This record gives sequence, C-alpha cells and structure tokens, in this order.
Amino acid sequence: MNAVLDPIAALGRAALGLIKQAGALALFALEALSHLVRPPFYWRIFFSSLIETGFFSLPVVALTALFSGAVIALQSYVGFGQYHVQSAIAGIVVLAVTRELGPVLAGLMVAGRVGAAMSAQIGTMRVTDQIDALTTLSTNPMKYLVTPRLLAGTLALPCLVLVADILGVMGGFTVSVAKLGFSPSTYITATLDSLKTMDVVVGLVKAAVFGFLIALLGCYNGYNSRGGAEGVGSATTAAVVGASILLLLFDYLLTDLFFSQ
Amino acid sequence: MSTPPVSTPKIRIRGLHKAFGSKIVLDGVDLDVETGTSMVIIGGSGSGKSVLLRCILGLIEPDAGTIEIDGENVLTAPRSRQDALRRQIGMLFQNAALFDSMSVGENVAFGIRAKHSDRNGPPPSRAQALQMAGDLLKQVGLDPSVGDLSPSELSGGMQKRVGLARAIAGNPNIMFFDEPTTGLDPIMGAVIDGLIVDCVQKLGSTAIAITHDMASAQRIGNRAAMLYHGRLIWQGEASELMNSGNAMVDQFTHGRREGPITMELRK
Repeated sequence: MNAVLDPIAALGRAALGLIKQAGALALFALEALSHLVRPPFYWRIFFSSLIETGFFSLPVVALTALFSGAVIALQSYVGFGQYHVQSAIAGIVVLAVTRELGPVLAGLMVAGRVGAAMSAQIGTMRVTDQIDALTTLSTNPMKYLVTPRLLAGTLALPCLVLVADILGVMGGFTVSVAKLGFSPSTYITATLDSLKTMDVVVGLVKAAVFGFLIALLGCYNGYNSRGGAEGVGSATTAAVVGASILLLLFDYLLTDLFFSQ
Repeated sequence: MSTPPVSTPKIRIRGLHKAFGSKIVLDGVDLDVETGTSMVIIGGSGSGKSVLLRCILGLIEPDAGTIEIDGENVLTAPRSRQDALRRQIGMLFQNAALFDSMSVGENVAFGIRAKHSDRNGPPPSRAQALQMAGDLLKQVGLDPSVGDLSPSELSGGMQKRVGLARAIAGNPNIMFFDEPTTGLDPIMGAVIDGLIVDCVQKLGSTAIAITHDMASAQRIGNRAAMLYHGRLIWQGEASELMNSGNAMVDQFTHGRREGPITMELRK
C-alpha cells in the first residue's frame, strides 16, 4: 500500500512546495513593484544597478552574440548546401538572432553574471544583519534593495539585446563575406529584406521580461537566504538556475503568444 | 497624603511570547525600562535576548503580548506611527553591520539622512551629511579621515565605533546594544563601553544592552535582568549582578559549571 501511496504523496508535497514557492515569489514581486509608486525612489541604487547590469554585461553579451551569429551562418551554409539554398543564410541569421538567440543568450549570460551577483550581495547583507540595520535606520529594505534592481534589470536587458542583435547579424555577415564568399551588398540586402520590425520588438519585449525575472530571482533568493556563507552560496545557485529555467519557460510562452498565429 | 504620580516607563513589555515552530523562545516576558535607565539583559546563548530586542525593533513579529514605547503599543499602532516610534531607536549590532558597499563616512551619513525627521526641515544634502559624519566619527574617537576607508579595512573595534557613530546619528532617545564587546580584546571592550556610556549620557537616552560580558554589563548598565529559557528570572541593580542572591544568576555571572543551570543537548 505504502509503496503505491508514498510516491504519490511525495509528488503532492513537491507540487505543493512549488505552488508555495511561486506564491511567495509573486507576493515578493508585487510588494517590490508597489514601491515604484510610493516615494522615495532610490535613484542612486537604480543607476548603479543599471550600469552594473547593462554596461558591465556588454562585453560578455557582445562576444556571445557575435560568435552565435557567426556559428549560425557557418552551420546554415553547411546544412543548406545540401538543398542549394545558401542564399537564405542572411535571412536565417537575422531571424534567429532577433527572435531567439539575442534575447535568450543575453538573458542567460546576464542571469549567470548579474543574477548571481545580486543574490550574493543581498544574501551577504542578510546574513551579516545589514538588511536589519537598514530597517533600524528607518529604510524599507524592499524599497531600497529590490525595487531599483527590478527596474534596472527590466530596462537594461532590452538595451543589451539591441546590441546583441546588431552584433549577431554582424557575426553572420563577417563569416559569410570573409569565409563563405558572399558579396557584402547581397548579404546586406538579403538581411534588410528579412528584417522585420515585429521580430525586433518582440525580442525586446522578451528581453524586458527576462531582465525582470533575472533581477527578481536574484533579489528574492538573496533576500531570503539563511545560514551564513553556505546559505548565500545556495541562494546564488538557486537564483541562477531558477532564472535560467523561468527564462526558457517564458521564452516559450511569449513565442507562443506572439508567433503562434 | 496624595500618591505621587506614576511615570510611564519608556519601554513597557507585557506577556511577550515568541516561538519558532515548536521552540518557545520568549515565554511571557514582562519588562519595564524607565526613562534614562540603562538596562542590561544577560542570559545564555539561545535564551531569547536577541529575539527580545528584535521584537522591540519590529524585525520579528511576536506571537502575543504588548510592547509599549512612551505608553503607546507599537504592535497595534498604524504602520506610520510604528515607524515614527521606532525612528527614535538607535541600534548597534553585534558585528556592527556596516554596509560594505559604502565607505565608512557614507555609512554614518546614511544614518544621518535616514534618521532625519521632516519636522526638522529638509534633510541634509549628501555633502552636508558627510561633513556631519566626520564630526560623529570624532565623537567616537576616530579621525574623520577614516571616513574614506571601506568597512573591511577597519579592525573589529573600529567597526564597532563606526556602528556606534551611525547608531547615534539621529540623536535617538532609545538605544539598543547587541553584545557590544563580543570579539574585542578587554581593553578595546572597555573603550567601547566607555563610548557607549558617554553617548547614552550625552543624548539622555534610555538604553537596553544584551551581553555575556559581566564586566561590560556592570560598566554599561544601572539596571540588569536575566533571561533564562525565554523568561525573565531576575531583575535588579546592575551593581548586584555578581551577588544577586539568585542561584541561577550567580552561577551565570561567576561562570560556574555546577548549579541549577545545566547545559542541555540540543534536541
């Protein structure tokens, strides 16, 4: 009897735990967002988070996008060669980069870099009483630590993705022209013909959602970390893993929402 | 003959209960701290001292009981009133809890700006607050040039001084000290205690300090109480700490292995 019921009970417990966690995350996000419309707003924290998330993530996002565009061009050339449709490479590169690779790869890179840093910083503040100190100094920690970071993440990632889109296409262009023998003008014309405003806009919307999720998971896990250095380490891992999974889940949902018809 | 008027204690706690799961940490604590008194609370690890302070500060919500500041129940007051009542509290944390993303001067300036009351006019600018921070650093025996350093560049004693400067930034009339001498050598401990006494006297504050350090307890406090298993088992003058007549208090203050307090294995 137990052999049958125990796995079901375990499954039920896991499902309940997941729902509880999702509820806690949603409440955390709502509380943080409510501080957007209740002054004061901590502009210094916002701008420093914006620079940390946006500016300092530029090199890693740029390199990722550049090489991804180049790899797609190379792979497409090999694959499409079998069907003699190599001319579609420019279209494929621009479509893949603006719709998917730009937002997703930039999101994953930022989740690893910034989400982890946010979680570690806030988690360390939690376990060393700095968050309690904020409260005793009449400063709401959610308003001070979380709200500016959420806004910064939401605004910074679209900017990064715009750069990633341009560099991804440039990566494809460089390989196609320098290695695969395409004419520069033909490649650029084909790229512009395939480029759709909707693709770029949806990519930027995705990026804003991803940026919000990365900052949310980073702040949430850091804010709720417990138990010293080990707790901060676990919170950081949970922030990166959680953000990466949610990012891919929301990528599917948003793709379905915008492109399924 | 008329009865003299009874003054309202600065802090009055009645029937305070707090449990974490099945573990009862505070079990009906009643405590009065009169205005201008420095109350020292002693007790073993896990006796509920820190939880008591955190309940008063609003960092932990108690399960039952009342906490009054100036006769007003903080727990049932509207949020804005709770904030106003707690704005008059300054806190020195055990590890100083300095913000490591800021310089020492910015830490103190943060306290100055955060604790500024709108009733006293517009808040000082960052530059003004930094200048005022230099004065506060001098007050706790540090050169204002220390303000440019990062907290991680300071020794434990210096961090405590900076934490004290930040705690007194808003001229609080209630001050809490969480194990202020823990981790310091005896001389530095005495120096910090001296600074605490000076600050409390200068501000005319009411203070609550929790400590394991009996020398520190007698230097800081004029009243003392002992928590054991979440209950206050003794209150008296701080000068009586080493000779209270209470077997538990005497065992604790003299650090004797034998006595009514037994070390229990954690369940």
